[in-house]
Amino acid sequence: MSTPALEVRDLSYSYPDGRRALDAADFHIHPGERVALLGANGAGKTTLVLHLNGILRPSSGTVRVAGLEVTDDNLREIRRRVGLVFQDPDDQLFMPTVRRDVAFGPANFEVGGEELDRRVRGALEAVGMEDAIDRAPHHLSLGERKRVAVATVLAMEPEILVLDEPSSNLDPAGRRELAKMLDTLDITMLLVTHDLAYAQALCRRVMIMNHGRIVADGPTEHVLADRPLLAKNRL
Amino acid sequence: MSGFHTHALYRHEHSALHGLPSQVKIVSLVLFVGAVVATPRDVLWPFAIHAALLIVAVSIARIPFSFMAKRLVIELPFVLFAVLMPFIGTGERTTVLGVSLSIAGLWGAWTILVKGTLGLGASVLMAATTEIPDILEGFERLRFPKLVTAIAGFMVRYLDVIIGELRRMRVAMTARGYDPSWIGQAGPIASSAGSLFVRSYERGERVHRAMLARGYTGAMPVFERVTVSARDWLTGMAIPGLAWVVAIVSWVVR
Amino acid sequence: MHIPDGFINGSTSLGAGIAAAGGIGAGLRHAGKRLADRQIPLAGLAAAFIFAAQMINFPVAVGTSGHLIGGGLAAVLLGPWLASVVLAVVVGVQALIFADGGVSALGLNIINMAIVAPWTAWFIYRGLRALLPRTQRAVAVAAGVAAAFSVEIAALGFVGEYAIGGTGGAPVPTVLIAMGGVHALIGIGEGLITGAIVAAVLAARPDIVAGAADLLDPAASPPRRLGRFVLAGVGAALLVAAFLSPFANSNPDGLQRVAEDKGFVETAQTSPVDEGSPLAGYKAGGDGVIATAVAGVLGVGITFGIGYGVVRLSRRTKAQR
Repeated sequence: MSTPALEVRDLSYSYPDGRRALDAADFHIHPGERVALLGANGAGKTTLVLHLNGILRPSSGTVRVAGLEVTDDNLREIRRRVGLVFQDPDDQLFMPTVRRDVAFGPANFEVGGEELDRRVRGALEAVGMEDAIDRAPHHLSLGERKRVAVATVLAMEPEILVLDEPSSNLDPAGRRELAKMLDTLDITMLLVTHDLAYAQALCRRVMIMNHGRIVADGPTEHVLADRPLLAKNRL
Repeated sequence: MSGFHTHALYRHEHSALHGLPSQVKIVSLVLFVGAVVATPRDVLWPFAIHAALLIVAVSIARIPFSFMAKRLVIELPFVLFAVLMPFIGTGERTTVLGVSLSIAGLWGAWTILVKGTLGLGASVLMAATTEIPDILEGFERLRFPKLVTAIAGFMVRYLDVIIGELRRMRVAMTARGYDPSWIGQAGPIASSAGSLFVRSYERGERVHRAMLARGYTGAMPVFERVTVSARDWLTGMAIPGLAWVVAIVSWVVR
Repeated sequence: MHIPDGFINGSTSLGAGIAAAGGIGAGLRHAGKRLADRQIPLAGLAAAFIFAAQMINFPVAVGTSGHLIGGGLAAVLLGPWLASVVLAVVVGVQALIFADGGVSALGLNIINMAIVAPWTAWFIYRGLRALLPRTQRAVAVAAGVAAAFSVEIAALGFVGEYAIGGTGGAPVPTVLIAMGGVHALIGIGEGLITGAIVAAVLAARPDIVAGAADLLDPAASPPRRLGRFVLAGVGAALLVAAFLSPFANSNPDGLQRVAEDKGFVETAQTSPVDEGSPLAGYKAGGDGVIATAVAGVLGVGITFGIGYGVVRLSRRTKAQR
C-alpha cells in the first residue's frame, strides 16, 4: 500500500466567531488519482484547501502530504509539495512578468541559474504558455492567466496539484481549453469545484462536502448519477 | 505595448537605447536632468547643446518626433504658469510689443520652459525605450531598498486592475444617472472608493497567501544577477557626460 | 501638484533630495520593523489604490475640478510611517516611470506629498481624535478635517520651497495667494472625500484602518464633552490664522490687480534688494488682530463645515447600501 499523496484525518476547524467550517473531514488520495471535491458555496471547500498547505491550522485532526505531516516545522516543504492554484489568477500572478511569477516558487527554494530557467520553461510548456514568458500578466486573457497560474506551481515540482474552482468565470471555450490542458498533466490532482461537468470530464472519483464534512466518496459515474444525493447537497 | 492607462509611453523599436540595460538608462536620465538643472539660466548656448544631445538620443532610439511631441503635451499646465511669469514678476521691467514685462519674470519663464521641457523629454525618452518591468528591475539592480522595490512592483502589477475596477464603478454609476456637478454629490464616489480600498486590501491578503503557498518566508527571492558590461555603461554615460561638460563650462566662462 | 524640472533651482532641489531620502529612510526603518511580511503586498495594493485615487477628479466648483493627493487618506488608513513610504513610492514611480513630475524635483515632490501631507494630516488627526468621542463618525470627521488642512499645508510647503529656490521671478506673496487659494478649495474637496472614504471603509472593515485601531480596543475610555469639540475648532482656527494673515493684508497684490491695472505695476516699488530676488516685494502681514480674527472665524467655519459635510456624505452613502 503506497503512501497516500494526501491524507486528511478528522480535520475540524472553527472560525473565530464560533462557526464550524470543517467537521471531522476525512479522506485520502493516492498518487496518480484525480479526485473532485464537490460542494455548494459555503460547504467549506476553500477552508479545507487552505489547511492543505498550512495557511490555516485546524482545531483538531491532521493533514499529511506524501507522508509528511503539516506542522510548523514542515511548512516550507509542505508548500513545495502542495501546488495550490487559487480561484482568482490575479491573486496568484503578482509579479511584473510571467517569467518572474513562475520563477518565484522555485526561487524560494534556492533553485537558481540554469535549473531555474529550465523549470520555468518546462512549466510554461506544460501549460502551453511558453510564448508569454516575458509578458506582463495583466496583458493576458483570463484563460491564459489561469494557465500561467498552474505553471507557477508546477515549477515547484509538487506532489499534488490542488485547484480551487478552476473553471470559474471562463466562457465555454475557455473551460474546454483549460480542461484539455489539465488532462495532459501527469500529476495527482484534487479539483475543488461545484462545476459537475468539469468533475466528470477530468476525475474518476468524486467526493461531496457539506457543512464541513465529507458526505459522499465514490466513482464519478455513481456519485453524479445519484440525483437525490446531489440535490440534498445543493449541487 | 505597455498600455498603461493614459500614458502609453513605451514604444517598441530595435535600437541601441532599447537594448541598453535599464539601470544604465536610469542613471543616465538622472545625470542628464541634473546637468540641465545645474546649468545657469542666464546663458542660452548650453541649452541649445542640451537640446541637441536629447534630439540625438531620440534619433538613435528611433522614436518618432511626433510621438515625443504628443507626450510633451502633458507639460501644458506648467507652460501656462511660465507664460504668466513675465506679467506678474517684480523688479526691473522692459517693454515688449507695448506690453510691460518683468525681466526677472522673463528669465523665470525661460528657465521653467527650457529646463522643464528638457527634463520631461528625457523622462519620456527613457519610458519610451524601457518596458515597465525592466525599469523596476533596474532599480533592484541599483540596490534600492528592497521594501521600496517590492512595494513598487506590486503597485505597478495591480494598478491596471484597480483602475479597471474604478472605471467599471464609474460606468455603473453613470449608467444609473449619476452625474455629479459639485462636491456635495460626491457621496457615491467616496462610498465606491471606500469599498474599492476594502477589496484592494482583501486582495492584498490573498496575494500574501499565494506567496506563502509558493514558499515565501518574508524575503523576496533573488532572481538572476544580470551583469552589465563596461561598454554598456560607457554608451549610456556618453550623452549625460557631455551634458555635464557643457554645464561646467558654462559656469566657468560665465 | 507635481513640480516639473526648472521650477526650483538645483541647490534647493538637491537639498530637498537629501532631506527626502533621509525622511523616507526613516520611514522605511520604522515601517519595516513593524511591517509584518504580510503587509508588503498590502502596501503595494494600497499604493496602487492611492495612485488610482489621485486620478479621481472631483468637482470643486462650476467648471473646476481638483485631484486628491491622498496624504491624509493614506495616513489614517495605513499609519503615518507606512503612508509616507507608500506615497513616496507613488510619487517616485510617477516621476521615474510615467514621466509625471520632474526627476530633479523628486525630492521636493516627496517632501510635499509623501512627508508633509501625511504627517501634518496625522498630527491634526490625532489632535482631533484626542478631543472627540471615540466613535467611527469621529474618526471619519477627524480624517476629513486633517486631510483638508494637510493639502493646504503641503501647498504652503511648495511656496516655502519656492521662496528658498524658486526661479520664476514671481514674488512670493503672489505665489502664496495663488497656490494657497487654489489648494484651500482643493483641500476642502479632499477633506470631504477623505472623510467619506474612511467612513465607508470603517463601516465594512474597521479592523483595517490603522488610525482607528483604538476603536477596537475593549478598554475604551468614556466619550468627551462637547466643549472640547469646540476647542478643536478654535485650535484649527489658530492654525489657519497663521496662514491666512497674508491674505488679510490690507494691501494685497493679487494676480488680478497686476493684470488689469498697469498703472499699479509701473508704480511698484523697486530697490537694489528687490531686483531678481524672489523675496522682493514681500510685505509683512497687515493688521495682526483683524487677520487673526478673520482667520479664526474662517477656520472654525471650515472645520465645522468639513465635519458636517463628511457626516452628511457618509450618511447618504450608508443609506444607499
